[in-house]
Amino acid sequence: MSDTLIRLAGVEKSFVKGKEKISIFEHLDMTIPRGDFVAIMGPSGSGKTTLLNLLGGIDSPTAGEIQFAGERIDSHSERQLSKWRSDHVGFIFQFYNLMPMLNAAQNVELPLLLKPLSASQRKNNVAAALEVVSLSDRAKHFPREMSGGQQQRVAIARAIVSDPQMLLCDEPTGDLDRTVADEILGVLQLLNRELGKTIVMVTHDPAAARYAKRTLHLDKGKFVEREELAA
Amino acid sequence: MSDFKLVWKNLMRRKLRTFLMLFAILIAFMIFGVLAALEQAFDSNASSSGDRLMIVNKINFTQPLPISYVQRVRALEGVKQVAHMNWFGGYYQEPRNQITTFAVDPGSYIDVYQSEFEVPDAGRRVFLSEKTSVIVGKTAADKWGWKVGDHIPLNSNIFSQKNGARVWDVTVAAIVTPKKETADANFIALRYDYFDETRSFGKDQIGWMALTTTSAAYNDRLVKQIDEMFANSPYETSTDTEKAFSKAFVAQLGNIALMVGLVVGAAFITILMIVGNTMAMAVRERTREIGVLKTLGFPGPRILKMVLGESLLLAVLGGVTGMLIAAAATTALRGAVGNFVGGLAITPVIMVMGAVMMLLLGLITGLMPAMSAMRLPIVQALGRS
Repeated sequence: MSDTLIRLAGVEKSFVKGKEKISIFEHLDMTIPRGDFVAIMGPSGSGKTTLLNLLGGIDSPTAGEIQFAGERIDSHSERQLSKWRSDHVGFIFQFYNLMPMLNAAQNVELPLLLKPLSASQRKNNVAAALEVVSLSDRAKHFPREMSGGQQQRVAIARAIVSDPQMLLCDEPTGDLDRTVADEILGVLQLLNRELGKTIVMVTHDPAAARYAKRTLHLDKGKFVEREELAA
Repeated sequence: MSDFKLVWKNLMRRKLRTFLMLFAILIAFMIFGVLAALEQAFDSNASSSGDRLMIVNKINFTQPLPISYVQRVRALEGVKQVAHMNWFGGYYQEPRNQITTFAVDPGSYIDVYQSEFEVPDAGRRVFLSEKTSVIVGKTAADKWGWKVGDHIPLNSNIFSQKNGARVWDVTVAAIVTPKKETADANFIALRYDYFDETRSFGKDQIGWMALTTTSAAYNDRLVKQIDEMFANSPYETSTDTEKAFSKAFVAQLGNIALMVGLVVGAAFITILMIVGNTMAMAVRERTREIGVLKTLGFPGPRILKMVLGESLLLAVLGGVTGMLIAAAATTALRGAVGNFVGGLAITPVIMVMGAVMMLLLGLITGLMPAMSAMRLPIVQALGRS
């Protein structure tokens, strides 16, 4: 098995607005090894979120190849991509995106509804995921009853509950104060170091980027600098 | 947790809105249930049997016929049995307690209507032998607490006895149970011989005849033959199937089916628009959550099923409650309007129609939002460019 988890080759992404063709990426190459923790930084409009969407299979490139563990995902159908996401990718959003009518345990359980697991297996997995983010005592709490940091921990538990290889984080601390942000980033770092999760994190925050093993700077659809950071 | 629980949680997230939608659906199905039961009751009162023939006075059915006609009709080829009846205008205690009451010839009446009612053997024997005996429909017996052997003072708002009394003392010989749920069981049949010998006017006259034939093949010929037989007499007749006769009677009240159709149609179109619009709004509000579910790996068709499930659940919950209320309402109404429309009930046919309408309502109101949820691109749902 290759050590490369993700490989982008000649990826182009553009869309048409009115009569104008707007190009986000013209020829983007990128490689992310298994077990990496990459921070992607860049000014607004640089294409960070679009890149994350492409990596997560929720958007498709105009041209080029995207490989995940040697398998091309850019040619997958919608249904194949849904299955692929549920098997391999966990998503963490800036605003948590929890279901307000479900409690913490039910929110975490959502991805497991797509797996052939019994109710007791799902319950065990949910308990384990909440344990990882130190929220076992909040399992029955609803999002409105929790702080931002706790909600983001629930979102992390939801992202890891089905044991994906890769976590994609879109500004995961953008809505949190410094102290709570550091706690969340500490959890992500733990998941990377202890559980070997490959993490790609988009952030504006240089302090957040310091938790990653390396930072890629994106500007006008191109990586302008590559900085290898010591773990 | 299951998909159903997720659907249920979504439905219950705005309880007031869900309650109002349920209430609107409930009202529509209640209207449907009651009106459909009413229409069916009219129809069943108007049907009884397409094979039985009715002979009434040609002028109109309130005019009498001579009793001598009975034997003449009975003698015709193909006639199996002829029953004759006279409207009595019966009530119990108070004029407002009206009971459908006929004076009948007991043997022929039971023969002709044996497909409609179950008459216990012991009661049948008493009715055939005791002049002052009556048979009572179960609805009337239940309503007034009558039992076999009870003496009933039966009043008439049309007839009086030769001694001036308006009350006939009769004895309950049997309580008869309808064989069909929709048959009218709020009635009393007293013996014509007792009625005829005591009444102060109209002797040897009957109201109408009902006859059965040995084969339905004789019906068309008999209809023509009977009316021709009495043509140019002081009492000309009009013969038709009982079904046609009763339908014509009901038609005097108006086109019940059309009225029911219009009212129910108007109610459902309104509900369709209200629920459809609210469902669309509810799904639009959840655009981001649908995007999140898709991001987690929920495929589009599963999202479609969940949204459709929500609208179907709403329609079924509201519809079933509405039909249950309609069933309770028809039971309550049965007592109040039983004299006018017998056999008012939510029948299996109405239940099936209701179920189909619930499914259609759920599918139609949910389909558009479900389709748009299924097709919604994740990037757009998450508000990303």
